[in-house]
Parts: sequence; structure tokens; C-alpha cells
Amino acid sequence: MTTRIGIEVSIAVADAVQLCNADVVAAYPITPQTHIVEHLAELVANGELDAEYIPVESEHSAMSACLGSAATGARTFTATSSQGLVLMDEVLFVASGMRLPIVMAVANRALSSPLSIWGDHSDVMSVRDTGWIQIFVENGQQAVDNTICAFRIAEDNRVLLPTMIHLDGFNLTHVIEPIIMPEESEVAKFLPPNKFPLPLNPDKPVAMGSFAAPGIFIEAKWAQEQNMKASKKVIMEVWNEFYKAFGRQYLPVEKYKSDGAKVLILTMGSFSETASVAVDELIDEGKDVGQVRLRLWRPFPFDEFRQAVKDADVLVVLDRAVSVGGPAGPVASEVKSALYNLAKKPKVVSFIAGLGGRDITVKGFKDIITKGIEIARTGSKNEYEIYGVRE
Amino acid sequence: MEKLELYVPRLIQKKEKFAPGHRACVGCGEALAIRQTFKALGNNIIVVNATGCAEIFTGQLPVSSWEVAWIHTLFENTAAVASGVEAAYKVLRRKGSPLPANTKIIAIGGDGGTSDIGLQALSGAMERGHDFTYICFDNEAYMNTGIQRSSSTPFGAMTTTSPVGKKSIGKFSWKKNMPEIAVAHNIPYVATATHSYPFDLMAKVKKATEMPGPAYVHVLSVCPTGWRSANDTIIRQGRLAVETGVFPLFEVVNGEYKITVDVPKLRPVKDYLKIQGRFRHLSDENIAKIQARVELEYQKLLEKANHGGQKTKRSS
Ligand SMILES: Cc1ncc(C[n+]2csc(CCOP(=O)(O)OP(=O)(O)O)c2C)c(N)n1
Ligand code: SF4
Ligand SMILES: [Mg+2]
Repeated sequence: MTTRIGIEVSIAVADAVQLCNADVVAAYPITPQTHIVEHLAELVANGELDAEYIPVESEHSAMSACLGSAATGARTFTATSSQGLVLMDEVLFVASGMRLPIVMAVANRALSSPLSIWGDHSDVMSVRDTGWIQIFVENGQQAVDNTICAFRIAEDNRVLLPTMIHLDGFNLTHVIEPIIMPEESEVAKFLPPNKFPLPLNPDKPVAMGSFAAPGIFIEAKWAQEQNMKASKKVIMEVWNEFYKAFGRQYLPVEKYKSDGAKVLILTMGSFSETASVAVDELIDEGKDVGQVRLRLWRPFPFDEFRQAVKDADVLVVLDRAVSVGGPAGPVASEVKSALYNLAKKPKVVSFIAGLGGRDITVKGFKDIITKGIEIARTGSKNEYEIYGVRE
Repeated sequence: MEKLELYVPRLIQKKEKFAPGHRACVGCGEALAIRQTFKALGNNIIVVNATGCAEIFTGQLPVSSWEVAWIHTLFENTAAVASGVEAAYKVLRRKGSPLPANTKIIAIGGDGGTSDIGLQALSGAMERGHDFTYICFDNEAYMNTGIQRSSSTPFGAMTTTSPVGKKSIGKFSWKKNMPEIAVAHNIPYVATATHSYPFDLMAKVKKATEMPGPAYVHVLSVCPTGWRSANDTIIRQGRLAVETGVFPLFEVVNGEYKITVDVPKLRPVKDYLKIQGRFRHLSDENIAKIQARVELEYQKLLEKANHGGQKTKRSS
């Protein structure tokens, strides 16, 4: 039925968008996202995807065209990275505030300056509070599966929130992996048609995007917040349905040999797989370590996260972004605040590494974990450690 | 013209698409121009509105002046949002959605949202050839934020960011020629209009929407608040803008220029400038400079409209 094929992850993501029968793709090229949108343009040009491809003149316009498209009721996709993502920033808030179910793949990459086309998570972290559902993937299969799930989550009328799929630039976008591409008929069964409740339609006119005076603004934000919280249930439901239909399971927080381990490392994205190898080696060396991986970044899965780390003494958090002059790496900060009020909680040690495409090897992860254990014991004058710098 | 009230109701539908009760200033030319525009366009439209006076005075949650499908998102992205609406409309119709046929996509913005911050998005949308009409309501400054200069503010005008002072005569550069920028995109239809010539305006916006592909209409909209002029004179000010040659009314259909309101003999620009507080400080020398520029630009337009042989007559 479904066979595993060797395919570049970017091409597979574009093929997944085709399987979802997207109506409108509006995108602007930026490395390392380019292969995704080039392939979509090609699919449309060849008539293999019946969609409108809008070759916009900037990412700001890409996301703006997505607003117009989603508001008209079309299934809408875009992809970007780094500078493109931050150029969209203003528009991202509008997409979530207006409850428009846009799906976007983000090929994670560092932010200038210095200019770098290589991967890290500074772009993601800069759009943390835009009100989008945000999902991290670790390999090509997850990227394909979650692109399909993203449309179903975003368009669910109980959710209606735009959704980002984060996949690491180059480490994922440009590698060839064995991936099972679902059949079109299976996807059609899994993903119902987009039924946006109040689209722009001259026969049933609505006014969308009016301004809010102080007497109503906070209520509008509250409604958005309620929906984001409630979306968690739908996300779980969709992943569950996906598991039943395709046999691959996704969870908000995924655990690797973490049950009962006293030391945990927390990772996100493609580096997680390297970290797992490091965890295996440390266990072989007799260390009591395990790993937790955050898949769902927004809404933050507080319960699952607290549950996953409750028995640990030390939690080493790897951040691939830096909040210069801040309290810790952005993920570590969130994790600390999620744990702060608990009576029993692990010590959190914040490590920043892998910026601008710098690799973290298995040995690197072993070093980070070992140093983290040491810092948890002795304390440190630093709020966070930057690993692997040649001073 | 005395019989106007007798035949106007027969030419213009009574029904308003742009409901009264909005919060524009008394005597707002932009509100009047919008009212005329949407009387001409009917119901089968989707309006994409840029941030600015028009968006603010027509829609505050939970009420709206719009009786048609309407969306506002941001200040500078209106043409891009319209691109998305147009693309979605096209593909959904193609795939059998029950949306009505022949819906017109109308994007509207102020001069700031059009000729400054939104110019890139507009240029992109015109170049890509989306089937939509962009209408700029030009009140010659950022009025919504309190009368700051835009690139569409005319030379010498006083605004809060082109103030008059010992070293300043107001705005020091000439007004950006937005209609010509639109023409340079080789789109099928470009026109200028003003609320002071309602039939001309209504015919043009209608024609703009009927042309396939992108169309651009630039509407001079007198803003008594920002221009520091009496709010019962906006019709006269719009007429003077045309009669002095400051704002000629023309259209460009597939590259062919045509002047739609002929002004055989231009009035002196002083007639237009002197009734507006924003120009009150100008010296005779500066007014002469403006006069020369207006004549030069008008002559260039006449030449394009193939009136080449005849020179503009000097004002008396
Ligand atoms: C990105 C951004 N910058 C600035 C503003 C503030 N702003 C809102 S409306 C406006 C001016 C609008 O001027 P114009 O487009 O000429 O429309 P008008 O109000 O004059 O009709 C400005 C500067 C904004 N909303 N967004
Ligand atoms: S400031 Fe000018 S454009 Fe704005 S509402 Fe008042 S009169 Fe109209
Ligand atoms: Mg203006």
C-alpha cells in the first residue's frame, strides 16, 4: 500500500501540501525554504496541483496574500525562513487575531547579523508570541505527517488558528530521507474539506478586521486565548486519528528513556536524534540519563511537560537561540516558569549551542549533559552557558 | 446644471452601500468619494481596506458602515491581501464553490497607504496582473495620525512633519506622481477622479472594475481638517484643483491617454491655494514656482493625450 521512498524532505513537504489539495500558495523564496516553494510552483505549473500560486514580491505580502486567501475560504499554504519570517511578523499577529487557518512550514534558520543561511531557532523564538500553533518536527516523515495534520488542526472550526511546522533548515530541508508518502485517497479520508465559517462572500457580506476600542479589545484577545488553550484537545484528537489511520504516533512531549531518569536533556527539532544517541552512550557508561523532546511549542503543553520531568533532579535545556542579556535561553526560560510554582522540581540548567548552523555532535551532547550535571551540583555565576565557543 | 436635482436621482441609485452614521469629520471629501464610489459598484464586490481614516471612520467593532463584504488587515499590505482574495476567489470558483460569478475585488487605501508604505505591495500586485481595482483616496497627507506629510503631499504644503519655520516653507519636494507610476506598470486602466465631479468618478470606477486585470483609480479627496480649509467648500476645492490644472482628470485605457474633463483655459493656481490654510504662508515667488510646475505637468499630459499641438493658455 504505502512504500518508503528516498526523497528530499523539502520535496516531500511540498508533495504533502499537494496531497492536501491546497487552493492557494503565496510564497517568497529564501534559503533554505526554496525547494519547498519551487516544487509547489512546479506542481501547479504542471497541473498536478489545482491551486493558485502567487509569486509575491516579499514575505510581508506572502503572509498578507494568505490572509486574503484564508478569509475567502481557500485552503492556504506558505513557507518561509529566518529574515522572511521576521519580515512577516506584523502580519502573523493579524492571522491569529483574525482566526485565519493558514498553514506555514518554517525552515528554521539563524537571523542576521552576521548574515547566516544556516540553521538555528532564533527565527522561531522571535515569533513565539504571535498566537500561532507551533509544532516542531525532527525528521522528514514527521514533517510530512505534521503538514497534513496541520491543515486539519488549523481548519477545525473549534480551532481556526494558523499553524506553523518548524523543520530545521538544511539538516532537514536539504537531506534525502526514506519517507512513506501517504496515498491521496487516505489523505482525502483523513482531511475533511475546509469549511471556514464566515468567508468573504458578496452574497453573505461580513465585515472582518474592524478596529476595537478599549471596551472590547481585551474580550477579543480573551476569546483568542480561550481558543488557543482549547486547541490542545483538538491537536491530540487529530494526532490520535492520524495514528489510527497511518500508524505513526505524535505527542506534545515525547520521551526517550526518560522514565525514572534523574538527569534529563530537553531538545527540539532535528538535533533531538543526535541527543538520543548521546543519551544511549551515557546510559551504556552507567549514567542515569534520559531525554524529553518538545514537539508542541504553542500551545505549551504544561501538563505533559510537568509530568515528563517530575521525577528528575536535573533538567538540561538545549536552546538554539539566545536572548542576549536575558535570563536564559528562550526555551529554558519557559521551562523554568512552567516549573517555578511546583514544590518538587528539577534544577534547570540552560545551554545555548548550535547557533548559525554549528553542529552539535554526539560528543557535544555528552559534554553538555555532563557539564549540566556538574553545574546543577555546584551552581554557576552565569544565567546560561554558551557551549562550543572558541574564545 | 440648475436642473441637477431633477435628473440626478434617475442616474444614481438611491440605495447607499456605505451606510450613514460613520465618524468622519464634517465635510470629509474621502467619505463623500467613498459614498459615490460604492453607489457605482453595487453589491457583488469584496472590499479590502487599508488602515487610515476611511477604515477607522467606517468600522469599529461591533458596528460597520459597510453593507458589502469587507476586510481590513493592515496599513501597507492592502494590494497583497486583495491578491490573496482574488486568487482564492478564482480557484474556489474553478473548483465549484457556490460563490457568485463576476465578483469584483476592490482595494482601497489612502495616499500614505498607497504611494508610500504600500507602494511595493501595490506594484507587485499590478505586475502580477491580478484582476482587481485599486482606488487611492488621496487627501495628500497621513490624516488619520494627525496630518503628517506623505510623498503625495504637494510642494509647499504645511503639515505637522513638514512644518513652516524660519528654515522651512512646508513640504520641500514635489508631489509623487502616483497615476504615472501605475501607468508604468502597463495595466489596462488608470484614471484620476475627484468627488467634485461625481459622474466622472462613478463612470471611472465602474469602468475600472469592468476591465479585466489590474486597474488603478486615483481620487483627490479634499480633507478640510488637514488642509485647514472651510468644511463647506470641499466641492469648490475639488473643482478648483481641476480648473487650475493642479489635478487634471484623465484616464489611460490600454496606454491611451484621454482627458475626461477638458479645461480649455487654466485658472491661476493661486485661486486654489488661497482658500487652504496649509498654503497660507507661501510667498508670491513660491506660488509662481508652483504655477510654472503645474503648467509644465499639464502640458506633458496634453501631449500624451495627443492634444500635442495646442499649448496650455496662460491664466489671466
Ligand atoms: C506599519 C504601520 N505604520 C504606521 C501606522 C500608523 N498609521 C495608521 S494610518 C496612518 C496614515 C494613513 O494615511 P493615509 O494612507 O494617507 O490615509 P488617510 O488617513 O490620510 O486617509 C499611519 C501612519 C500603521 N498603522 N502601521
Ligand atoms: S481627517 Fe480628513 S480625511 Fe480624515 S475623516 Fe477628517 S476630513 Fe476626512
Ligand atoms: Mg492620506
